[in-house]
Amino acid sequence: MDILFSTLTLVTFAPLVGVAILLLLRDEQRDAIRWTALTTALITFAISLVLLLQFRAGEPGLQLVTRAPWIAAGVLRVDYFLAVDGISLWLVLLTTFLVPVAIGAAWGAITERVRAFMVWFLLLEVGMVGAFLAMDLLLFYIFFEFTLLPMIFLIGQWGGERRVYAALKFFLFTFAGSIFMLIAILYLGATAHTFSYPDLRNYVLADGVSPWLFAAFAIAFAIKVPVWPLHTWLPDAHVEAPTPGSVILAGVLLKLGTYGFLRFNLGLFPVVAAQAAPLFGVLGVIGILYGAITAFAQSDAKKLVAYSSVSHLGFVMLGLFALNDLGIQGAILQMVNHGLSTGALFVLVGYIYERRHTRELSQFGGLWKVMPVFAALSMVVFFSSAGLPGLNGFVGEFTILLGAWGSGLGGVIFSQALTAVAAVGVILAAVYMLWLYRRMFQGEVTVAANRGLADLSPREIAVLVPLLIFIVLIGVYPKPFFDLMAPSVQLLAQGLDAAAVALR
Amino acid sequence: MTQTEFLVLLPALTLAVAALVVLLADLFLPAERKQLTGWLTLIGFAAAGLSLTTWPAGMAALAFSGMLIADGFASFLTLLFVIAGSVVTVLSLGYLPRFGIERAEAYVLLLLSASGMVLMAQAQDLIMVFLALELLSIPLYVLAGLARPRLSSEESALKYFLLGSFASGILVYGIALVYGATGGHTDFQGIVGIQSGELRLAGLFDPVLMPFGVALVLGGLAFKIAAAPFHMWTPDVYEGAPSVITAFMSVAVKAAGFAALLRVFIQAFPLQSVQWAGAIAILAGLTLIIGNFAALVQNNVKRMLAYSSIAHAGYLLVAVPAAVTQTGANTTLSFDVLGTILFYLLSYGLTTLGAWAVVTTIERREADGESGGLTLDAYRGLWSRRPGLALGMALFMFSLAGLPPTAGFVAKYLVFSVAIQAGLLWLAVLGVITSLVSAGYYLRLVVMMFMRPGEPTVADTWGARLTVGVMAFATLGIGLFPYPVIQMAQRSVMAFLR
Repeated sequence: MDILFSTLTLVTFAPLVGVAILLLLRDEQRDAIRWTALTTALITFAISLVLLLQFRAGEPGLQLVTRAPWIAAGVLRVDYFLAVDGISLWLVLLTTFLVPVAIGAAWGAITERVRAFMVWFLLLEVGMVGAFLAMDLLLFYIFFEFTLLPMIFLIGQWGGERRVYAALKFFLFTFAGSIFMLIAILYLGATAHTFSYPDLRNYVLADGVSPWLFAAFAIAFAIKVPVWPLHTWLPDAHVEAPTPGSVILAGVLLKLGTYGFLRFNLGLFPVVAAQAAPLFGVLGVIGILYGAITAFAQSDAKKLVAYSSVSHLGFVMLGLFALNDLGIQGAILQMVNHGLSTGALFVLVGYIYERRHTRELSQFGGLWKVMPVFAALSMVVFFSSAGLPGLNGFVGEFTILLGAWGSGLGGVIFSQALTAVAAVGVILAAVYMLWLYRRMFQGEVTVAANRGLADLSPREIAVLVPLLIFIVLIGVYPKPFFDLMAPSVQLLAQGLDAAAVALR
Repeated sequence: MTQTEFLVLLPALTLAVAALVVLLADLFLPAERKQLTGWLTLIGFAAAGLSLTTWPAGMAALAFSGMLIADGFASFLTLLFVIAGSVVTVLSLGYLPRFGIERAEAYVLLLLSASGMVLMAQAQDLIMVFLALELLSIPLYVLAGLARPRLSSEESALKYFLLGSFASGILVYGIALVYGATGGHTDFQGIVGIQSGELRLAGLFDPVLMPFGVALVLGGLAFKIAAAPFHMWTPDVYEGAPSVITAFMSVAVKAAGFAALLRVFIQAFPLQSVQWAGAIAILAGLTLIIGNFAALVQNNVKRMLAYSSIAHAGYLLVAVPAAVTQTGANTTLSFDVLGTILFYLLSYGLTTLGAWAVVTTIERREADGESGGLTLDAYRGLWSRRPGLALGMALFMFSLAGLPPTAGFVAKYLVFSVAIQAGLLWLAVLGVITSLVSAGYYLRLVVMMFMRPGEPTVADTWGARLTVGVMAFATLGIGLFPYPVIQMAQRSVMAFLR
């Protein structure tokens, strides 16, 4: 009973109740379907707020542990093992927060087969929340892999013209990476006789094995993030996915990759992580610059946002592989920030696409005059994404750069030079975001079809407002967000420090 | 015949008697009431399943001078044969009339073949293995040709018969060599006994001849489980045979083949495990590669599933070398591994039966008597037409590909982890890489059903709907809560005699 009614079990599986209700409704009852899905997602979010209240600040270890044996075949035991700590707390809340937002965005974006869409969407939430909470490696793999199934249907059935190609590419890329992780997990289980994350943290592996295991995990997560040069699936998936799918894909699914790096690559193999840090730092910076420059060259608004994701997640990678307290805290906050601002960007692009059925930048211009509310809200989101001080993006990126500057991995000069190059990315982000803003909103209305566009409806504004509140809140007062994650991050950073020192 | 002997034989006997009853009933039934023979068959399978309850729980009982055994292993597999037989019968009730091939012989042969399978799972003697193999195969040769005069069906029957007889010949030759090498033993205990202690010193055992015998037996059995390079017959036979019969072959025959493989190699040849483990590992690797890559280029669903069944024989074979480890003169048997193989056979079997049930609903009879609706294109738009069938099929495909949270994932997880524990890391790596390939072709079908527009013609029966529903429930249920089934499989192998 304790297992069944623990907060973590409830927050993970609450969406299934909604799924069950949806299956009883008829396809024609679109509004009932939408409201059921939204209510379910809001209740799940409410449960996650209970989780936030129960979370004891200042404790670095795992909290609210929910654990029961699941499969005990032979010497190997797989547990149903959920727990939360400062690292996963905000990502769980980000997920439960973004899902209702995305469902709100689906109101206008999804008009066909609404019931099936919402069922897949709620199932996806189960997979995402479960993956952030799972502390048994095999259980994590199951949730991580399970997110693929709803997602290929969301892209493949409700996507744009090349949806099937995009869905298959997304699936095969991610699956290709994660099977190596499966081998690594099975190997760990077979040698350590446990899949439990806390136990494996204390397990000493035989010499020479760790780099291979690290690599196997890294491939899976690098594809998911995506780290340059494994990012090619991302623009396709984003452009073809329907708006709510893009919001969740960018907002949460990519974080499964960065979270995986943090939890497993840094947590289980600190020594290898210290050795590989310069490499991943460089890959992160390449991602920052490549994403920014490529974004600048796009003529499709959605593709531009997709490439900006590659750039932003480069910052996250840089922060994680600074391997110090500051860098990792910044990276976690930046994961949340990116979820909020890129999620909002996709919602905005979705709104204009619903009106004009095009995302070509040449089709826009001067929208400020036609849709003033839309333009004003967009401005805040664009600035947030560009990292303007006072909004959330700045806090995350600045902390990451501070962390990377002081990391000293690969030599002090190397890490400082790398950080300096990364800082160029901040400027480039301002360039492409402002350029995008100018092309879409400023100047005269150049295309006649834009003249009669309706401004945002109250529903559409209501979807954006929650995002904007947090965009401003984190920008102005990020302290509570850092405070809750700090103890867990410090604990992890201590281990990484020790490894880095031992290396020198 | 003592009472024990009677009870040990009871399941096989029940099936054989049911076959005779159906044959007899057929004489008195008018043509339009042949459905009744199908129902009688179902009763026969149910009775055979019930007869398992008379077996002593948790123990092994030998009978007929040690020819047959009644133990958990045999009982688990018999249950699987009965499930497969019942499902195939339920599907046949609708399928056979639709294709104009409703004949009572079909059911009679099905029952006889199943009784051969049960005996195969109970065999404790190479002669018994051979007899059981023939009893299960010969009815199947006829069943493959059931759709006569459809050419592909006749071709299927002839190919299966010729190659099957050839494989039987190899097996018999292998048995003969073993008989010679062991100084006249075909019983499992005798084969092991002659190689140990004083008997070995007395020179009754020929260590040079023995490996040749073992190799030939392996070849003969590899044919039945469709392991590469003995798999050539599978795609043609599976494609030509009526789909319900193919379903039976891909589930029950494979399980029976593995039953014999495990019985013979673990009970009779454990002392040769060093040699055969390597050979089986190589067979497994080859089968994984050939099965999965060949499936990738198929456009015919039956052929795709045929190659997929070859591929799954590969995954099952991955676990076999891990079953016996030899340190010095001692051999240790891993019950985990045997339980894993049984679990895999069950989850593969249930998933595959569900998939074939969907195939029978899309297949249709063309004007010229040939079967249509077998290409991937025939599944276009199934989701919009029949969401239940499409979702079921998608679930089966995901399970076959080994994605969580399905039975197929748990099965693959268990197989790969026993392989890694046994030090066969390379085989496990090959297994996951080929799983990626397999996701490619299973997903193609899902894409057709869900993401391509189309108006498929669906001719489903209550039997097909029931099968898809039950198997989807089982696939998902075992995937989410696998432990009771794993426990059941592991308890079944506890009494596995050495």
